[in-house]
Formats: sequence, structure tokens, C-alpha cells
Amino acid sequence: MILYDYVLSASCYKVRLMAALLGKALTLHAVNFHPGREHKSAEMLALNPQGTLPVLTDGDTVLTDSADILRHLTVDQPEWHTEEDERWLAFASDLNNSLGLARLHDVIGYEAVIDTARAAGVMALRKLEAHLTEQRFDGLIFLTGKAPTIADIACFPNTALAPDGGVSLDPYPSIRLWMRAIRSLPGFIEMPGIHRLHELAHPA
Amino acid sequence: MNAAIDNHWYPVAMISGIDAPRETLLLGKKITLGCEEGTCWVKDASGNALPTVERFGHLWTSPGQPNRDLFTIPEADSPGRRLVDVGSVKVKCSPLRAVENFLDIAHFPFVHTDILGAEPHTEVDRYDVKIREEVDEVWATKVKFFQPQAAKSAEGGITTEYMYRVPAPTCSVLYKTCPPRPGEWDVITLFVQPLTDEWCEVWPWMALYDDDSTMSEMVSFQQLIFMQDRSILENQLPRKLPLDPGMEVPTQADMTSVAYRRWLKKIGYTYGAQLVAA
Repeated sequence: MILYDYVLSASCYKVRLMAALLGKALTLHAVNFHPGREHKSAEMLALNPQGTLPVLTDGDTVLTDSADILRHLTVDQPEWHTEEDERWLAFASDLNNSLGLARLHDVIGYEAVIDTARAAGVMALRKLEAHLTEQRFDGLIFLTGKAPTIADIACFPNTALAPDGGVSLDPYPSIRLWMRAIRSLPGFIEMPGIHRLHELAHPA
Repeated sequence: MNAAIDNHWYPVAMISGIDAPRETLLLGKKITLGCEEGTCWVKDASGNALPTVERFGHLWTSPGQPNRDLFTIPEADSPGRRLVDVGSVKVKCSPLRAVENFLDIAHFPFVHTDILGAEPHTEVDRYDVKIREEVDEVWATKVKFFQPQAAKSAEGGITTEYMYRVPAPTCSVLYKTCPPRPGEWDVITLFVQPLTDEWCEVWPWMALYDDDSTMSEMVSFQQLIFMQDRSILENQLPRKLPLDPGMEVPTQADMTSVAYRRWLKKIGYTYGAQLVAA
């Protein structure tokens, strides 16, 4: 499987993280999204006419939607799926269009109405915080249950990278605990802006 | 007007990225810039032309009257090097904090884990630092550090040797061991455009010997490294760089930073700095 990848893309990171958690090997093909705009090059447009990243190729299969790629990677792993996933995959798009946009604006100068993007991001975080708090009341740490699913992997990157776009995560303790649970999963990999979990102190 | 701040050259754009005239900020003031028929221009808010230099793939200007030419990097001109336009990243931090972070080695194992450093190899050995009065630049030499993956072209861990140079208050040049060509130095720069005193646009640029990596891979590697620093930089306090001792306690590993701060104070460069009354 080849992932056409941009190192700073939250959506490409979803794919890299999913593969790492599954222990599946990906061949990474670096695409110069910024400043090179290589995702709009003839070569990339031939692969994905929409000119977006990520793009995953697996034999003759070409997938260009990160949710589809997460489904594809876990197709033989039912433990990574629940019936609730679909609404969270849609929610992940909301995160991308709000917090993700604010981040691209602040980091690499994307055009955006920044106050609107941040405000929509805050509304999404409040929904996420409320849901995760209710999950905690039920003794559940992840979005749809006791174990992580593709829903968590889809929603995690743009949430964790919110501060890159000028949106603080300080007001959301349940989100922070959830992020910590994801960062502690075996096989977890970081990306710039999302740091590896340091070893917890073990009192002697 | 403050000549000690205005009379320097500042990077304001990557030349290959200028497709239409645009506005940006320099030292808190609006400027416009563009390129037509191969010539770049910069104007201040009143429409007055500002001086320009095109060098290292970037457009440079000054709101004052620079009393010397923009620095040069002779090593970068040697044939066979690949010149890498990395593009820019905006960071909400003092421009001086961005430069200081670039000069720091001790954070490598903790921020660039398994790439530029790794535990337990955290010790920074003694190195040499001096302000070279004849050229008015800060230099750190004989800096050695163990690195798991020093560059895109490195395979496996090596002890990398570094030299750091600060040729202008918001610019730094790093010379480091070149994995495929022992005896030569890779050149990695950090050109910082002070948008305001707590907000900057950072333009890394590189001149490397690397015949194997694609340009996209080299750009990705450098963006990966710099973005690992960004979240740290945006959380540093105090937000402005203290030039007087007392606010922060340096250690042996911070000798370059100490020299940088001392030099800034000596030349009166206080934009993005804080001076503490004794």
C-alpha cells in the first residue's frame, strides 16, 4: 500500500496512525503540499482528480477519502468498528472544516474567515466534550465504547492539533483524557504538534 | 524609527512563491511586495520603495538604511548542492525566541525524539562560542551530538558535528555533518521575518548534498522538524526574550543562547526582547 502523504496534514496522519496501530506497513510517498502545491500536479491529479490528500493505493484500488481509507485498512478487523462510527466520521469532517481550517490559516497562511472557523471549532469541541463526559459517566473512555474504533482515529488529529489554529484545549478535561488514552495505545505514533506520551512516573 | 532595529535586512518572501503582489507585515508595519519581469520590489505603507536583495531563494528588504550588504554563505555556492525552498510557517512567538530555539541542541531528544536525538544520549558536551568582532556575528563551533536520523540522507545513528552562526539578529545558519559526504557541511538556515514582536513568519532554507531524496522528501523532513518546535515556541514564557540575566537560569548547554542574548544587547537589538530593570 502506498500513501501519498503530506507530513503536516491531519488527514494523512489519520492514515499513518491507523496503520501503525494495526501494525500494517505503508510505503510513504512525500507530496510537497506546501509550498510546492504538488497535490495539484498533473501526476497527482491523474491519481485523484479532486487534488486532495491523502491518497491511498492498494493494488488497483485508489482511495481518496480518509474515512474510506480507515474503513479499508480495518476491513478485516471488526473490533475497530461499531454502529456508531458513521456519525463520528461525519463529525470528523466538521472538525476538519473548522479546527483544521483554522490551523492551515495560522500555520501556512490559508485563506479563511478565521474567527468563524475558530468559533465553529469551539462549538464542535463542546459537543465532543459533552459526549466524552457522558461516556466517562458510563465507564467508557473512547467515543463509542471501551475500545478505540475508526471513529476515534478520525476525530483525534484535528482535535489534538486545535492549539495550532489558536484554539485552546484547556477547557476540556474529558477530551484531554481521551487524547491521553489514544496516545497510550500500543503502536501509537506522533506527528508534529502531537507529542509522544512521556513515561508515567512509577513511585518506588 | 530605531536604527539598531530598522537597518537590518529581513526576509519577506520566497521568490518562487510570489505569484501576485501581496501584503505582509514587517516589524509591525504593513508592506507590499511583488515580482514582475524577473524583478522584485517592496514598498512601505506610504508607497515608498524599500531596498531589496534577492538571495538564497528569498526576497529581503529593510525599512531603514542597512550599512552593510546582506550576509553571504559561500559554502552554499559550491556545485552539486541542492537548494531547498522549504516555504514558510507562521508562529506566534518572538522572532528572537525562534532563532534561539534553532540554536539549542539540548531539546533534540525530547522534542525531535528518535530523529535529531534520543534518550539516553541527552548530554551536550562542551563546545566553543564566541562573538566574532571582526564580522560582528555569533559563532558556536565543535558542537557534537548523537543523532538517530540526522538528515533525510542519514541511515542509522551518527554523531553529528554542528557549527552555528548568527549573522543577523533574526537569522541563523547551521552547518552540520553531511552524511553522504564526510568532510563537507550541509547548510540549513532559519530566516525569520518579524511580523510583530510576538509573531513571526519563519522561512527555512537549505543547501544540501543529497542525491537520493526527492525534493518533496527534503521539504517534508525540514517541515516535520520545524513543526515539532512550533507548539513549544508558542508556549514559551516570558513571551519576549529576556536579554538580562535573572529571568531564566542558563546551563552549560545554553552557551550559544547566552552569547546570542549578549550580542543582541550589545548591538541594541530589542525588538521581541525584554529588558528587566535590575
